[in-house]
Amino acid sequence: MNEEIKTFTISIYTENNIGLLNRISAIFQRRHINIESLTTSQSEIEGVNRFVIVVNITESQAKKIIGQIEKQVEAIKAYYHTDEDIIFTESCMFKIKSDLLFEEPQIQNIIKDSDTRIVTVNKEFFVLEKSGRRHEIEALHKALSTFGIMQFVRSGRIAVTKEEMKITEMLLAFNNQ
Amino acid sequence: MKETETLETKQTSAGTTERISGSEAVVKCLIAEGVDILYGYPGGAIMPVYDALFKYQDQIHHVLTRHEQGAAHAAQGFARISGRVGVAMATSGPGATNLITGIADAQIDSTPVVCITGQVFSHLLGSDAFQETDIVGISTPVTKWSHQVTKASEIPEVMAKAFYIAKSGRPGPVLIDITKDAQVSELDFKYEKCTGVRSYIPVPKTNPESVKAAADLINAAKKPMIVWGQGVILGKAEAELKAVIEKAGIPAAWTIMGASAIPTSHPLNIGMVGMHGNYAPNVLTNQCDVLIAIGMRFDDRVTGDLKTYAKQAKVIHFEIDPAEIDKNVKTDVAVLGDSKTSLTALLPLLNENSHEAWLEEFKKLYAIEFEKVIKDDIHPTKEGLTMGEVLKEINKQSEGNAAIVSDVGQHQMIACRYSEFNKTKSNITSGGLGTMGFALPAAMGAKMAAPDRDVVAIIGDGGFQMNIQELGTIFQTKIPVKIVVLNNEFLGMVRQWQQLFFDKRYASTEMINPDFITIAKGYHLKTKKVTKREELADAVKDMMASDSAYFLEVCVEKEDNVFPMIPAGASVSDIRLS
Repeated sequence: MNEEIKTFTISIYTENNIGLLNRISAIFQRRHINIESLTTSQSEIEGVNRFVIVVNITESQAKKIIGQIEKQVEAIKAYYHTDEDIIFTESCMFKIKSDLLFEEPQIQNIIKDSDTRIVTVNKEFFVLEKSGRRHEIEALHKALSTFGIMQFVRSGRIAVTKEEMKITEMLLAFNNQ
Repeated sequence: MKETETLETKQTSAGTTERISGSEAVVKCLIAEGVDILYGYPGGAIMPVYDALFKYQDQIHHVLTRHEQGAAHAAQGFARISGRVGVAMATSGPGATNLITGIADAQIDSTPVVCITGQVFSHLLGSDAFQETDIVGISTPVTKWSHQVTKASEIPEVMAKAFYIAKSGRPGPVLIDITKDAQVSELDFKYEKCTGVRSYIPVPKTNPESVKAAADLINAAKKPMIVWGQGVILGKAEAELKAVIEKAGIPAAWTIMGASAIPTSHPLNIGMVGMHGNYAPNVLTNQCDVLIAIGMRFDDRVTGDLKTYAKQAKVIHFEIDPAEIDKNVKTDVAVLGDSKTSLTALLPLLNENSHEAWLEEFKKLYAIEFEKVIKDDIHPTKEGLTMGEVLKEINKQSEGNAAIVSDVGQHQMIACRYSEFNKTKSNITSGGLGTMGFALPAAMGAKMAAPDRDVVAIIGDGGFQMNIQELGTIFQTKIPVKIVVLNNEFLGMVRQWQQLFFDKRYASTEMINPDFITIAKGYHLKTKKVTKREELADAVKDMMASDSAYFLEVCVEKEDNVFPMIPAGASVSDIRLS
């Protein structure tokens, strides 16, 4: 019974404490699971952080991972989701020589057609920024790479769920105990 | 910082404030948590705390071990026999890293321990200062919680949280690393015990519907079998478990961590499961119709090959830790909660029952095991002494009332198989991590926590030499612990595997040992060495009667094997008797 390996997005609400990133990444490392991307930021609740981690694993692995994460004292709640359960995006930046913007008019079309934003332009270089799905970013990268890219960087996935996450209520319940 | 922390934790009982140093605050926190004994080793970065301990020595007794690993295991032994939090202390750098094996052992065996380590001044953190090591980073995967304190004002709250986390829910080790500047600077001290952490649910709620579903399965079962683990002992649910097995008439087996929760002599106690467990409960795991796991985690040494483990049975899992549900064995009914609560809820829903014919099957297989294994282990007819007959003699003379602290290896399996227990918390051993060197320091801690009990350490000649330095602690502190070294001049368990699976290539398992008696005499311990069967009874009698520490060496048969045995990766029902 070989289970299918799928992309899962793991969301974790945590206290904002030093060392927790180490504790959470160790859970993956110990099971020899590669983290495809990891983003941490503040969440909708003041003082509560949110991790968004993308991994390619089986669903039973995902369930066990969630159990191990929630077991950590400073993890408030963890969830795993498939791509269908969430709205997600990534962001990327390109640094390109300014000369090309004028020498290669096609670049301007690429920028317009792909809904890419120009962040800054100066004498030496200009910077593009785009948010979207991975395939859109890859397509943009492919289109621009023929002209030469000075720097490229892509962020990890960020995601919100279609379903409600009842973290606020959980925290209220603790305060009212 | 202070404000958010207060939001995250709940604390009780306000007291008056006094201006003291961080190091004195550490000691006052320990006293407030009821700590009267701790184990440790001083050094540069923890010296201010030791200076404060000196001031409070009438209230808190520090035991100087001979190695920090000894301190960690002593704290474990203390915790395991008493159910209280064990405390170990060490300096930064090597002092802290030497605690790690004990911390990892406490993590995998769910033992409540708080370890306090000194750390270099906070302005030196990350500078590769003398005796600086990232102990919070190193200990992260083997602690339930760890935290570095860099300000004196944080000490009371962090210490309160440490004790709360270590002992609540599924217990475990907590490490608190305190920089030297936090120890020497002052704070307004007020101690409030921690009663909750908002991101942490120590005990999940027991769902009455799950309890009902479990009761229905048990009531309908024709061949039910219980396997209990340490969760019963940690949850103080021994009486509840006994009531359940007696009312429903269910044969009950135990993991080595669960040993002693129900007396060995109980008619429904059918022995130990696992790699060197008893024949009947292992074989019949694959014949029962309902398998009821209580406070155990289906360790691979218990289950053997998972693909052939209890596949015919409905599985009920009573468990405090949600992460254990379906981790190794898929359950039909999971009952979350602590064992006392869930078994109390279960009891009234159970029908009174007995399963005589089913119990008879256990007895039949026991008779086979007795004939093929046990008889020769405990009533040997060959010339050489067996480990089993030594345990048999200790049982007889202690009348089953001693706490047995075993190390790791063949003697451990023999001790777990043949010890007779009348009282709970009597089997103290390194189950999950399998730490050689555990028993000598753990026995010291156990004896100090339970001075009225006889504590007998059963150790092999290999493990004894892994923390042999603790004889110094026993000598200095006059801890009246009874030490039995079963000397077969081999790393016996590894040698057994080499014999069975590596064509008798005894690579690095033969031990050329020193004269242990001379060493023990060097520490001024009472000693006796037994090489012949006729000397055994008197020697054990002398040891059991001794009011002071006693060292007994028994030279046993060199190449005996422990059976039954489930070869690694085999099914529980393919357990071998020879």
